[in-house]
Amino acid sequence: MSDVTNYMQKLALTDEILMSVDKPARYIGGEVNMVKKNPRDVDIRFCMCFPDVYEVGMSHLGIQILYDMFNKREDTYCERVYSPWPDLDKILREKQIPLFALESQEPLKQFDFLGITLQYEMCYTNILQILDLAGIPLHASDRTEEDPIVIGGGPCAYNPEPLADFFDFFYLGEGETVYNEILDKYKVHKAKGGNRREFLELVADIEGMYVPQFYDVTYHEDGTLASFEPNNVHARKTIRKQVEMELSDTFYPEKPLVPFIRAIQDRVVLEIQRGCIRGCRFCQAGMLYRPIRERNVEFLKDLATKMLRSTGHEEISLSSLSSSDYSCLKELVYYLIDTFQNDGVNISLPSLRIDAFALDVMNKVQDITKSSLTFAPEAGSQRMRDVINKGLTEEVILNGATEAFKGGWNKVKLYFMLGLPGEQEEDIRAIAELSNVIAKAYYDTIPKSERKGKVQITTSTSFFVPKPFTPFQWVRMATAEEFMEARKVLSASIKEQLNAKSIKYNWHDTDVTMLEGVFARGDRRCAALIEGAYKDGCLFDSWSEYFRNDIWMKQFEKTGLSLEFYTSREREKDELLPWDFIDAGISRSFLYREYEKSKQGIVTPNCRKGCAGCGAAQFHGGVCYEPRNEAGESTLNEVLIPDC
Amino acid sequence: MNVRVRFAKYGAVKFIGHLDVLRYFQKAVRRAGLKIAYSQGFHPHQIMSFASPLGVGITSEGEYMDMELTAEYTPKEIVDALNSAMVEGFTVLSARILPEPENGRKRETAMSLVTVADYLVTVKETDGFFSKRPLSELQEQWTCFYHQESIPVIKLVKKSNTETTIDLKPFLYEASITSETLKKVGPRKNTKDFYTVEPIPEFSFDQEEDCKKKGLFSVLLRVSAGSADNIKPELVLEAFAKFLGCENTDVLRFQIHRLNMYSGAYPLLVQL
Repeated sequence: MSDVTNYMQKLALTDEILMSVDKPARYIGGEVNMVKKNPRDVDIRFCMCFPDVYEVGMSHLGIQILYDMFNKREDTYCERVYSPWPDLDKILREKQIPLFALESQEPLKQFDFLGITLQYEMCYTNILQILDLAGIPLHASDRTEEDPIVIGGGPCAYNPEPLADFFDFFYLGEGETVYNEILDKYKVHKAKGGNRREFLELVADIEGMYVPQFYDVTYHEDGTLASFEPNNVHARKTIRKQVEMELSDTFYPEKPLVPFIRAIQDRVVLEIQRGCIRGCRFCQAGMLYRPIRERNVEFLKDLATKMLRSTGHEEISLSSLSSSDYSCLKELVYYLIDTFQNDGVNISLPSLRIDAFALDVMNKVQDITKSSLTFAPEAGSQRMRDVINKGLTEEVILNGATEAFKGGWNKVKLYFMLGLPGEQEEDIRAIAELSNVIAKAYYDTIPKSERKGKVQITTSTSFFVPKPFTPFQWVRMATAEEFMEARKVLSASIKEQLNAKSIKYNWHDTDVTMLEGVFARGDRRCAALIEGAYKDGCLFDSWSEYFRNDIWMKQFEKTGLSLEFYTSREREKDELLPWDFIDAGISRSFLYREYEKSKQGIVTPNCRKGCAGCGAAQFHGGVCYEPRNEAGESTLNEVLIPDC
Repeated sequence: MNVRVRFAKYGAVKFIGHLDVLRYFQKAVRRAGLKIAYSQGFHPHQIMSFASPLGVGITSEGEYMDMELTAEYTPKEIVDALNSAMVEGFTVLSARILPEPENGRKRETAMSLVTVADYLVTVKETDGFFSKRPLSELQEQWTCFYHQESIPVIKLVKKSNTETTIDLKPFLYEASITSETLKKVGPRKNTKDFYTVEPIPEFSFDQEEDCKKKGLFSVLLRVSAGSADNIKPELVLEAFAKFLGCENTDVLRFQIHRLNMYSGAYPLLVQL
């Protein structure tokens, strides 16, 4: 390295470039707990990628788990790469500097694997940026023996079709399960001097692995799928999601990476359980990660100690869906408070059901005058909440809020969705009314003399996007115009409320939502939209300052694809859906049954109250095998059941 | 007890800004297992303060941080504990236990004490402005430059975003030019020096690449620092270039290395 002070840890970028970009620490690596290996000493070089900016990508737990797991192998060096921000993107192109991994600072092109996590649809152009800057052909079919094998994984991989052209294979399931098998096979394969195609055939033999180029797709004249068939003997007709059933006390990094610059998650993150028992019908994560599997509380206590010590973080947060359902939550939270609070460690609480326990904990760990109470009723009317199977009643919210007001809180955040299936105007107005009733509860509860200013209700709405592997995978998504109309109705309705002055209303952008809708349920033809948008300059689409809806709309004209076909079209019950070749562990018949029930507003009890027969019992563990009483209710933690 | 720690920052971490260095040390103290005092309240913070922020891109072997510890340690224990929690690019060089302030007096922080700093500035350039001149000429000119009655420079005032002219002369205490350039910064075996310099045998600059990368010559500076009259070393070098007739100082590049910081009034200085 030429620069005078760069002799120790070598850097891919010169001092001059690093001094000219925003936050150069994004590109230098060398963070606390970074794994250092000599790339010449390993057989396999794996680069993990989160296709968004460093501060976002470094906050992702999944990569930290796999980084730790891969680097425990002596034969493998796992490194990282994130999307270069537009300022560096421009320089890399101008100076033709190949994109590099943070650890070795060596070009991605030299790696055996590039693993890209797919967390949200609006990062798809960033994937092409990574490939492009690395000098890897965008299309899997154009890659040669010189190129890394490009793997996709994560929630968006459950409808991989819009990205099918760009990936060599998709990993469907939890990373802990078969990655070691893949790496073992690769090592043998590489030693033998096998070629790319042979390796992909080996991969296709492994359950859960989807190699898109081994399948052919045909379409009906109306644009719907006609067939989806393997064209290679190694390719399976159905790809079965892989689930890790040994989560209780395994697979967790004791020394997670600590970035120099502040990441979104600047804290120790403890995953207390995976999966969810609630069965909200709009929620993809709640369906995909079934069955719920808890981690052992003693294991978590020990991990918390080790991770706080190895990172030096001054905050720890618990991560899971619906944390209140974790059976040892009280024990864990009180342990964390008692053990660490005197050492200046903040305990950051996940979204808890507001009850006496939650209020007591919040009292201990938060500054009441500054913190706010969060509820996610998702829908305003009880009718609509029954449709989406969100088991939160107005009574529960009001009781929780009233207790919190008595405890000194006066800020409440409420989250709702607009455009839910079957939404009527009264359902929209009900959002405003519920916000008002909560404000009223404050004024009814707290005497004037004890009030510290007005109550502050923040009501936020997002627009509903139907997702694969949910009961709403068949439904018609609202149009942008309908979303705007719903927003207007709600806005006006909030203004009419008696306590309108105490309610602040926030909403999301519709244009981005429409594109999410396209890619969430899109097919292989959508790849042309992504590639076209990228080539015409789209990048960092999830960042509103860079989102260019005009360029995206142009791609629909260019390709002749219809936005409405993918979004605002009700699917027939027996339509072949682009993701139907995936077995996500929950049956299509269960999903359709739930869809039918939603139309009638019939709720389905949570997994601990009764089994709805979703199919996840096939994995032989978790909630499906908890002890039950005569009524079929789980006896794991009875106190947690009454709310729902 | 109150402790003042001296540390070095070099290599890739020179690109980490001051606020992130602060965050880095907050976490490092926790990793080191040192018992540090916290402020009261719902968001307690460590009782810790830094002498003077170091600009992004600058290396140093003279950074100081004060902290209050709630247990007793020897300086060596503190240095060893912190070094066990460092990453490449940060080295803790020494720790000094601070005496208790006299009755009724407030403790003076490193930040309030700093008055003077030493720098080694290696000059690089991109268009051959300096490299056209032989070293002897540069040395002569440097003497003339340094002995001027006043050295006016234009300084940007951040708060009002206006430019103001200041005279560098009263704040430039010592300065000398050398044909050596900064080679590397980092821990050295068998020597107490933390950086090494590289002499340039023939001071001829036909090789343009060398000028850009290794640098041309260096200047050792002792200038005013701290909250009152903080002089950025590049300001002195830019003034020198202008003195020689350089119209566009944007082509100049510097690798700045802070050597140490002092309190007191020049020339009676005490190392922090």
